[in-house]
Order: sequence, then C-alpha cells, then structure tokens
Amino acid sequence: MSAVLTKDIVKTFADVNAVDGISLAVPDGEFMVLLGPSGCGKTTFLRIICGLERQTTGDILIGGTVVNDIPPRARGVAMMFQSYGLYPHYKIRDNIAFPLRTQRVARAEIENKVEWASNLLGIGHLLDRRPRQLSGGERQRVALARALVREPTVLLLDEPLSNLDAKLRASARNEIKQFQQRVGTTTIYVTHDQVEAMGMGDRIAVIDHGRVRQVGTPTAIYDDPADRFVATFVGTPPMNLVAWNGGHLGFRPENFLPRELIDDSAVTEFSFRVDRSEYLGSERIVYGVLEGLESVQEITAKLPPAHVDQESIRPGEWHAFAVRNSALCYFDKDGKRAIRH
Amino acid sequence: MPRPLAAAIREVSFYSAVLFFVVIAAFPFYWMVITAFKTNSDLYTLTNIPFWFNEAPTLAHIKYLFTQTLFARWLLNSLIIGVCVVAITLVTALPAGYSLARMTGRSGETLGIGIFMTYLVPPTLLFLPLSRVISMLGLQDSMWSLVLVYPTFTIPFCTWLLMGFFKAVPREIEEAAVVDGCSILGAFIKMVLPVSVPAILTVVIFTFTLTLQEFVYALTFISSSAQKTITLGVATDLVRGDIYFWGELMAGALIAAIPVAIAYNLFLDRFIAGITGGAVK
Repeated sequence: MSAVLTKDIVKTFADVNAVDGISLAVPDGEFMVLLGPSGCGKTTFLRIICGLERQTTGDILIGGTVVNDIPPRARGVAMMFQSYGLYPHYKIRDNIAFPLRTQRVARAEIENKVEWASNLLGIGHLLDRRPRQLSGGERQRVALARALVREPTVLLLDEPLSNLDAKLRASARNEIKQFQQRVGTTTIYVTHDQVEAMGMGDRIAVIDHGRVRQVGTPTAIYDDPADRFVATFVGTPPMNLVAWNGGHLGFRPENFLPRELIDDSAVTEFSFRVDRSEYLGSERIVYGVLEGLESVQEITAKLPPAHVDQESIRPGEWHAFAVRNSALCYFDKDGKRAIRH
Repeated sequence: MPRPLAAAIREVSFYSAVLFFVVIAAFPFYWMVITAFKTNSDLYTLTNIPFWFNEAPTLAHIKYLFTQTLFARWLLNSLIIGVCVVAITLVTALPAGYSLARMTGRSGETLGIGIFMTYLVPPTLLFLPLSRVISMLGLQDSMWSLVLVYPTFTIPFCTWLLMGFFKAVPREIEEAAVVDGCSILGAFIKMVLPVSVPAILTVVIFTFTLTLQEFVYALTFISSSAQKTITLGVATDLVRGDIYFWGELMAGALIAAIPVAIAYNLFLDRFIAGITGGAVK
C-alpha cells in the first residue's frame, strides 16, 4: 500500500500553476526525494501534502484515506522546515514534547518518548537549553527529533540541510539516511541539491515547472534520463548535448574518453578540440568543442588522471575521443527521450 | 593639531551637546519637583532665587491635594480608565494586527496603512461627532465615556505596531505548531503571543500613557469633579479663575508622572525592540 498517493495535484497562484498536475505514489517505508531547481513547485507540493496549502484540484491520500479536507494536525504527518521552526521560547525538551502534548499523551509516556527520540539523535544533553543556544547541526537534530517523536505516518523534510555548512551537511546527510532506514518511516525529502538526492533517495522524482519529469531510482535517473531536462539537471558537469538529426544526442562527461582508453568497437567517435582543462585531484575536467557538431553548451570530458596526464591532452589540439554506443542518449526535438538514434 | 588635543575637543563637544539636551529635557521636570515641595511664600516672593529652595521644603501641597481635593479619586479614575482601555486595545489590536500581517497578503498592507491613517485624525476634529455618540449612549459626564472613546486612537496605532511586529515573527514557527497539532488560533496563542512579549509590553505602556495624558476628550465629555481624570482634574480644579495653585499643580503632575517614568525605564529595552521590531527585519 502506498503511504502517500497524490492524484493530479494542481495548485494555482494568481494564474500561475505552481504545481501542474503531480501524481505520485510513495510506498510504505520509502525514502522519496523531490528534486528540482528553485521555484519548480517542489516545496509547494510538499506543503500541500502536509496540509499547509490547499491544492486547487486533485486528491491526496495518506495511508489510504483522502485527506483533502483534513487539517495538518490530523493527517499523521510530521514536517521539518528549512529553518527548522523550533519554538524559541521553549526548552529543547518542551520543543520535542510539544507534538505529544497537543495530542494529550500521558505525561509518563511523553517523558519516555522524548528520551527515546533525544537518545536516538544524541541530543540528550541539550534538553534543558533553548534553541538559540544551539548550533545549526544541533538545531537540525532537535527538529528531526520533534518530527519523529510521535511516530508519523509520513515524514516531510523541506531542504533540511541547506542551513548547514558543507562539512556538516555531508555527515548530516548520512545521518538522516541511516536514521530513516533504522526507523523505517516513509519520508518525502525536498531538495535542489542533486548530491543529496542521489545519495539519500530510494527513488527520486525530478520536478520542473510544477510537473514530474521522471520518477526512478538514482541509477535510473542518472543512466537513463527520461528527457533533456533530467539529463542536464542531474550530474556535474551536466550531460553533453550535441545537435543530432533534428534532436539532441547526449552523453555523460565521464563516458566521453580518448578513443584509446575504450576497449570496445561499438563506439561513436568524435574529433574533440581541447580548450582548457581543470585538475581536481580525483579527476581531470577537460572543456572543448567537437568538430562539425553544434553543442548546447561547452563539451566536457571527465577523465581519470591516472590514465590521462597533462601532456597527452594539450589545449588547442584536436584529439580522437569516443563514447560507447550504449552510453549514448538520444532526445527528440521536444526533448523527450527516443529509443533509437 | 596634536592628537590628544583633537580627542579632547571631540570629547568636550560631544558632552556639551549631550549636556545641552539633558538640560532641555530635564529642566521642566526639575522645576516641577522643586515647585511641588516649595512653600507658597517661597514661590511667590519675587526677590527669591527661583532655582532652589529659599525656605525649608514642605509637603503641604501634597497634603492639600489628598485632603482638600478629589486627587485620589482622579488618580483612581485614570487608573481604571487606563486598565480598561489597555484591555480593550489588546483584545482588539492583537487579532487585528495578526490577521493583517498574515492573512490578507498585499491588501493587508494597504488596509494596515489605512488603519494607521485614522490615528492621524486629531481629537479636536473628532470630539464633536463623538460627543453625539456619547450622548446617544447616555454616557455624558461619565468616565466610562472615555473608556469607550480612547480606543478610537489606541487601537489603530497599536494594530499598526503589532502588525509590523508579527510580520517579523517567522512563519515557520506557527506552521510547525499547526503541523504539530495546533489550530491556527492555538498556534497564535501558544507560539506567536509568547514570542511577541516585547511588542505587547510596548502596546500596554503606550496605550496607558496615551490615556493618562489625554486632555481634549476628557475636557469635552466630563464636567463633574468626581468623574475627572488626573490630567483634567489637576488642570481644571487647581486653576480657579486666574489663580494657579502652582504647588498643588506640580505635585499632582509629579505623582502622575512617576509611575510612567518607572515603567518606561524598566521596559526601555523591550520598548525599543517593540517600536523598531517591525521596521528592522
């Protein structure tokens, strides 16, 4: 059974469809990531699931029940906000206990659950402080504890890591993922960061202009993009696109290698003029143009430095590069993925 | 110019400026205090130096106030009116300011400005129509007319002030509360109000001070001494014909000013936070 099922959700703000017909099924226990650029409607969609916004049309089912007219507090959802929304005048203990108090849970049980949630997240020593006395990472854990303490049917996370610095973000990412696996709560996670999406999601829904462009596992999204938007939005540097038979031919920078490095005959060859290259330690990014082919943006190649040294790829020179045919994606003139090319 | 000299000049000019304003601000207060405690002969002997006591200070004026006039009654009236108006203002302006800040979007701002504009209409313009309202309600010559009239200027101002403050309260706090099990009203009471204590204190002090110092409406609507407020009573019952009871006047003003001065000083920080809270985001 799906924990969350949305049917053709539309949300209109002053003639603009912020959400333009999203139908999505999130099975029980899944970690679903909504990925998209800012302003694509993903946060609005999350707020609609939560009940903070009312959809213009469409149905939402949580745990099999239509919740269109049910207020947030009765939907069995918990939400963690981008800036956490901790209650500044409450101690951490009372922040975490608040969702239970509003449900009139017995005092002894509240204490047990607060202890359970705070131990789980390692914030037991902070219970008597107030939110402003905590660091960003600690606040994030408190917000997560508050969201989890009443064991919601669905946990909604709205860019929870965007207020943390890069280093903390990596560890928090790992923590949330492990934690979700342990507790098994169905989770919907909104982010614009593809690293978060790829690293955490069981499945990813890529959203653009209020529509779902593709739903799939991180592997499917990356290797098998459904359209040009998904292909270029996911991956750094993005997929290379060259004009081809009225549509576009796409290939990932890491699949675009010097011909001699590919030990295969089913390849498509290109003549590649290197303009400049960047050495990033684990990889070398090479920028340039293809002979006789028009490309959407600068062509990039991601090369393993162990095999390609500075001398063999000199700027200004033409080199024989190639892509395995299996790694080529063809998009028709509307940007949709076509099977044959 | 040598550096120490320049620094000295800077310091001196800074403190002279401060001193100038301190004198301007504090001198009337000082004058009030010494007048309140001077004997009448000290006050009215023209050869005396007026800036200090020439005879021993006296409590006669204060005694006169409390025994020969209805001063205690005026004090009580002002207090009752102040408390009632504060309560009415809070009950109205809190939900109004919150709705204007949250619910109505852009039109809310226009409406808020409109409400603030009504605060700018002077009482001298409004006391005529309002006196009709008061007489229709049968409240002539009653202090309760003031309880009814004062909110006409306290509510607009306080609604405006609270609107600015509520806008600065992060919405996520309320939304978190709504998801965590509150109704919108519950979130307002449990989350928004406690966070807004500085603004509420500002409203309380401001409203109370406004009612305490109001004169035009009180003068228009009240004539019997027992119903008067302190501002009105002191100014009308202690000036008889062309005789000013200066000692009693100043003693009365002093007693009325002290609680307000204490309240302002105690809550000064919060007061400033409340006034600027909406403006500086």
